Amino acid sequence: MGLTGLEIFKHLPKTNCKKCGFPTCLAFAMALANGKASLEACPDVSDAAKEALSSASAPPIRLVKVGAGDNVVEMGDETEIFRHDKKFNHPTAVAITVNDTDDVAAKLDTINDLNFERVGQQYTVEMVALVNASGDAAKLKAAVEAAAAKTDKNFVLISEDAAAIEGALPAVADRKPLIYAANKDNYEKMTEVAKGSGCALAVKADNLNELAELVDKIVALGYKDLVLDPGSRDTSKVIADMTQIRRQAVRKKFRTFGYPTIAFTNKDDEQEELLQATALLSKFTSVLVMKTVKKELLLPLLSWRSNLFTDPQKPVAVEPGLHAIGDASENSPVYCTTNFSLTYYLVEGEVDATRIPSYIISVDTGGISVLTGYADNKFTAEKIAKAIKDLGVEDKVKHRKIVIPGAVAVLKGKLEDESGWEVLVGPRESSGIQKFAKSQFA
Amino acid sequence: MAVEINKEKYRSQVREVVLGATSADGGTRTSTIKVGGEASLPFLQFEGAIPNRPVVAMEVWDIVPEDWPANLKSALGDVISDPAAWAKKCVEEYGADMIALRFKGADPDLGDKSAEDCIAVLKSVLSAVGVPLIVYGCGKADKDNTIMGPLAESAEGENLLLGVAEQDNYKSVASAAMAYKHSIIAQSPIDINIAKQLNILISEMSTPLLDRIVIDPTIAALGYGIEYSYSIMERARFGALSGDRMLAMPMIGNVGNEVWVKKEASVSVSEQPGWGDEAERSMAWEAATAAALLQAGMDILVMRHPRAVELVKKSIDDLMQDNSY
Ligand code: B12
Ligand code: SF4
Repeated sequence: MGLTGLEIFKHLPKTNCKKCGFPTCLAFAMALANGKASLEACPDVSDAAKEALSSASAPPIRLVKVGAGDNVVEMGDETEIFRHDKKFNHPTAVAITVNDTDDVAAKLDTINDLNFERVGQQYTVEMVALVNASGDAAKLKAAVEAAAAKTDKNFVLISEDAAAIEGALPAVADRKPLIYAANKDNYEKMTEVAKGSGCALAVKADNLNELAELVDKIVALGYKDLVLDPGSRDTSKVIADMTQIRRQAVRKKFRTFGYPTIAFTNKDDEQEELLQATALLSKFTSVLVMKTVKKELLLPLLSWRSNLFTDPQKPVAVEPGLHAIGDASENSPVYCTTNFSLTYYLVEGEVDATRIPSYIISVDTGGISVLTGYADNKFTAEKIAKAIKDLGVEDKVKHRKIVIPGAVAVLKGKLEDESGWEVLVGPRESSGIQKFAKSQFA
Repeated sequence: MAVEINKEKYRSQVREVVLGATSADGGTRTSTIKVGGEASLPFLQFEGAIPNRPVVAMEVWDIVPEDWPANLKSALGDVISDPAAWAKKCVEEYGADMIALRFKGADPDLGDKSAEDCIAVLKSVLSAVGVPLIVYGCGKADKDNTIMGPLAESAEGENLLLGVAEQDNYKSVASAAMAYKHSIIAQSPIDINIAKQLNILISEMSTPLLDRIVIDPTIAALGYGIEYSYSIMERARFGALSGDRMLAMPMIGNVGNEVWVKKEASVSVSEQPGWGDEAERSMAWEAATAAALLQAGMDILVMRHPRAVELVKKSIDDLMQDNSY
């Protein structure tokens, strides 16, 4: 579906003025066709040409936003099927369901408290999905107002009654909620409401064919900030549909499916819901609407999200060097680990929790873990000894004792020879550090 | 407008491996398990057959697993002091498809059990349950090289799944599998080339063994590097479907072994108030780790917690629903 260089060239000013940074309009057209330039670089292109070329220069999946200001959640704009090819750009946003028949304020207190800290990262749920379960427009409006007073989170407004959405929207319109959903019966009115407020609009159909039809109709009405729901709810079917939508958009350049997606869990048992959510989150869902508010179930889900959406090409690393934890002094214990950020933050968290001011040396392993570094000769006795010297640790502390990870106990002898320090073999898992410190340093 | 469904055309499929042997095939199992055979990416029934569902093996130790977190031990009850009773409970009560028997007690630091003692335990478990068995040593290569051969010999014809063959130590396990008609786990450190290379080395010892290999790509727990395993598995499976016969094996992951040593699997809610109830969290950590790996093509999940096993099996039921268009 992409245009060729020559097709693009036809729409350019053909003055070869070079303002785009290319020697000729033709060269610029070729670069555009290969996705190596952006149309904005040409200041002289006409509006008519922009219109004609926008489809050629648009990404395969449209970037759609929910929320405003600092809270904006971006969705779509993905270019891959597999994360090993290139990073997935936008982590799945998680929305928690609140019915307008619930005690909205109380439920929002619970949702506001769903913040997790793990390995130096903050996890949270981004959205609240307000459902018009009562079927009464006035109730939805009241629920939205109550919720808006309670939280900064983004909203999904759920009702297939356009009048109910229209009534509830004003209270939160400036926060740009996601409207759910246009269907084959209400789409004209829903599109009008979405257009009028500039909010993203979910499109719900009963299967992929009907979804395609409906999207085309809404686009023909002039609205494109869409989020797709193929209507499937059973895990296996959702995975198939989500895979189709992603492939159609990315591989086939099928514009009709070039939008972010929304999926819902349908399990009543909260633990079963976690497994379903794990599957849906893995397979191309942009907004995942779920029910549980249990921290013990959301923590694993959000941890998986954080893992899945990291950049596969470069490990996340911390600055190698000497880190003081608390008010470290000349008597403080010295630990060593790698500069893989996951490893480092696990260790730092535990050392911090000992409440004994300490030093941690993060050895430059190129951002890889303890055993990976050991196996690849990046976390060796020589490197640790050198880090002790280079970082001036001998001037910082009076003692000469260093704690190494239990997984590399074999480094003890060599490190003692290389550094002249006494080597204490710590526990294998960082979770053992507090107990270890209590017995060694308290 | 009808959407033209996108179906990838793959050149090949995953090999199908049979585990266990009934009396008809020279063993004593009452049932066998087939894994692999996929002709599509995980659970995409719309583009190719998935003839066999992923299975769950529950882990049983030859000694009491003292270090397991209290939540896990109490979920299993006092059977953990008797491998045969433990295995029986896993199969009869928890619906384990297989038992993974780990000879931790052979570890020189944990009792240094002899080959004879190990054989006695293996025999007791074989007679307690009728499902196929996975047999792991203690994890220390020198010792394992002395017990795996005798264990394999004592169960000749049972078609055990023997673990583990590694690039620099595969011969003893591979020859035991060859001599006594067992299958074999080929473990590689999250490296697709090593996985391939190891399968080539094993096939050079015996071509028929190629149909009896299960790849352990090395996994990690959720939150501890699992995404690297996930991507290696996706690549391996894609390679298998694209015609790479040396990658076209089913895959196995030691989920319980990775998860239950992690902080999330034991730290109490009073110490970590933001993380929620530890009994449910720890179980959920194992279940969610398995659920994520299923999406990358895991065929055999080795797990520990009964409720996590139940959840994963239910989730597999859901994922196996036909989704063809
Ligand atoms: C993810 C992974 C990779 C990733 C690396 C990602 C990264 N950024 O590190 C990739 C795919 C790149 C990789 C590559 C290799 N890997 Co690798 N990898 C793993 C895997 C699956 C998880 C590692 C991980 O992230 N762990 C999580 C982190 C947080 O753990 P950690 O750093 O050890 O920290 C923990 C403890 O050590 C402790 N701790 C840390 N610091 C300190 C400090 C103190 C003082 C204390 C007390 C405790 C402590 O706390 C942490 C939490 O408990 C493991 C297997 C496994 N399941 O563990 C294999 C593993 C580490 N890899 C291994 C190998 C062999 C390799 C390769 C050499 C293979 C090859 N191609 O030849 C290559 C290395 C080449 C290279 N250039 O990278 C082997 C190492 C074997 C050994 N015992 O030496 C392992 C164990 C797999 C195996 N069973 O064979 N690997
Ligand atoms: S800036 Fe526009 S008009 Fe000028 S050379 Fe580039 S494409 Fe042609």
